[in-house]
Amino acid sequence: MSKPLNNLVGWIDDRFPLTKMWNEHLAEYYAPKNFNFWYFFGSLALLVLVIQFVTGIFLTMFYKPDAAYAFASVEYIMRDVEWGWFIRYMHSTGASAFFIVVYLHMFRALLYGSYKKPRELLWIFGWLIFLVLMAEAFMGYLLPWGQMSYWGAQVIVNLFATIPFIGPELVTWIRGDFLISDATLNRFFALHVVALPLVLVMLVAVHIIALHEVGSNNPDGVEIKKNKGPDGKPVDGIPFHPYYTVKDIVGVGVFLILFFAVVFFAPEAGGYFLKAANFVKSDPLVTPDFIPPVWYYGAFYTTLRVVPDPFLGVLTMFGAVFVLLFLPWLDRNPVKSIRYRSPVHKFNIIFFGLNFIAMTWLGTQPTDTTLVEWGLRSTLVYFVFFFVIWFHSRERSLVMSLVSFLVVVAIYTGYDLTRVDSETMGLVWGTWLYPTIYLAITLLLPAFVRGLGKDKAVPERVTA
Amino acid sequence: MKKLISVMMFLALMVPAASFAAGPAVKVDKANVDVTNTASLQRGAKYFVNYCMGCHEAQYMRYNRIGRDLGLTDDQVRDNLIFTRDEFGDPTRVGALMKNSFPKRDAAEAFGTAPPDLTLVARVRGEDWLYTFLRSYYLDENRPLGVNNTVFPNVGMPHVLWELQGFQRKEVVGKDARGHDEVRFELVQSGSMSPAEYDKAVRDIVAFLSYMGEPIQTERKMIGIWVMLFLIIFTIIAYLMKKEYWKDVH
Repeated sequence: MSKPLNNLVGWIDDRFPLTKMWNEHLAEYYAPKNFNFWYFFGSLALLVLVIQFVTGIFLTMFYKPDAAYAFASVEYIMRDVEWGWFIRYMHSTGASAFFIVVYLHMFRALLYGSYKKPRELLWIFGWLIFLVLMAEAFMGYLLPWGQMSYWGAQVIVNLFATIPFIGPELVTWIRGDFLISDATLNRFFALHVVALPLVLVMLVAVHIIALHEVGSNNPDGVEIKKNKGPDGKPVDGIPFHPYYTVKDIVGVGVFLILFFAVVFFAPEAGGYFLKAANFVKSDPLVTPDFIPPVWYYGAFYTTLRVVPDPFLGVLTMFGAVFVLLFLPWLDRNPVKSIRYRSPVHKFNIIFFGLNFIAMTWLGTQPTDTTLVEWGLRSTLVYFVFFFVIWFHSRERSLVMSLVSFLVVVAIYTGYDLTRVDSETMGLVWGTWLYPTIYLAITLLLPAFVRGLGKDKAVPERVTA
Repeated sequence: MKKLISVMMFLALMVPAASFAAGPAVKVDKANVDVTNTASLQRGAKYFVNYCMGCHEAQYMRYNRIGRDLGLTDDQVRDNLIFTRDEFGDPTRVGALMKNSFPKRDAAEAFGTAPPDLTLVARVRGEDWLYTFLRSYYLDENRPLGVNNTVFPNVGMPHVLWELQGFQRKEVVGKDARGHDEVRFELVQSGSMSPAEYDKAVRDIVAFLSYMGEPIQTERKMIGIWVMLFLIIFTIIAYLMKKEYWKDVH
């Protein structure tokens, strides 16, 4: 470094811990050297956050949060504002990209047990980010003031009306009116551009500080801090900068190719990112006959609508989000990485991922008896997964396996018996096989074929 | 009495409002429009201002944007596309939004529902739907305006392009796999265009509507190619740099 620059840094260091922070978080933050594909999504989530902030700031310069002008102002951005279409498409694509990246980031934690001790708090902060992100996306979706914006908000806000006693008043309080209106648009705008982004940024900061306090997990689930060299640095660790900064730039390049392919060639993404019905200005008098959620809420929407009672449905949906929070205390198996876990655990995790994708798709489809039944079964698998992951905390005896299997199957079979009739018999008992086979494989199979339930020895040091 | 008639007409036309959001009852034909064909878009713009804008608006689109994108000078736009006057009685300016002076309330009284704005109609309905819709009017004595539409049953809009197409009669020839009627049209009164010419004119209109739904779409894709090329080179260089740095890790 040149002398004047050194002097400047020294001057700052006397007044602010610049070099100290640079070293703690980048140049001397030792990350395991064996990160794989799944470890790109943390830094990519940060990139998407920045994209959303920058494009969002430009959008607020032209957008009008007024029921009379909101829709027209978005079209004004799309047509009359120089490069406005580019900014808007980046923001709308960014919303979906955020969820894709975050879902993959969360699945990585599931694969390698990244939520386990000492990273429970890191997981909780991440979970909070996910929660705020869902609220942020929901508020933002109202702003274009199209038909889907309006009626989607109507459906979701009305969920709170199912709460006993206070529901209706609560909903009026949330909307600021007796229907979704200008008042609602204004407050959603305030929450979307000021309140929630602020919370989001603070949570991201806390998430990163927590990460750097405990150190990154890795695909082997080995704590690199347990194996330090004579210099006090982890033998299997490498400084985040420059090694992972240059590596993450490659990830950024690949991500941006995919991201801008959507922005420039398919901004509607076949109706998944931008819906055709949202190009119609909102009309409180015309209810669309089908109000699907945006794809990233699909899985949770599925859990909502498979429950016949509205309030129980809402509880189920929030339960589906909240159950994730308890993962560190459900999965008590000391082996972190899926690499050294039993074959049934591997099956369990992959099946959970596929089941979640199926739930996401089901949530975007119209309600039809067959699809709702599959929605119910996939929701069941979603929740039972958390029991199964607890069950796999250690090897279980034959009796324990049999009893667990029979109890869980008996619970939902009992529910099925209360609702089945001659017309739905084929469908109910046909789809009944889905969770039952899942449970047979995850609970019973390892009790009979012992090798399938056995975890492997974890190596002392990271591999490769 | 006049009021009674208009109320009756309104009630008769309430049905289309109800069926507005439902999917098409028939299979739609492929439009195969080309939004990069400037001549086609210019013809479409001509048809649009002549036949559609009497009732429909394109309130998010500006006249001079069409001129700029379709290779027309401001004077050409003024002479060929603008037929309205502004609130001061002066000819509408070339930079103005494409509105008309048909009050929504009067329009709703006349047709049962106010004609929707058409700026974004291609993004809402899709090109194929529009192409099929404009070619699917048929004579129906039970309707107040004497015509009905297979794609949009009991539509409030009259067959505005009858001069060009003429009038056709509907014949149900069977049902398809999804239970939709398979229909065939027979021309009973020919218009100024042959069926092939009419299809071409409709294709021009749909091309224009598609362009208007997103004026930037052609340019967007062209810019996208350069962005892709840049990002691919960027990623290759980034990868080489990563390899260089990581030499001493493994």
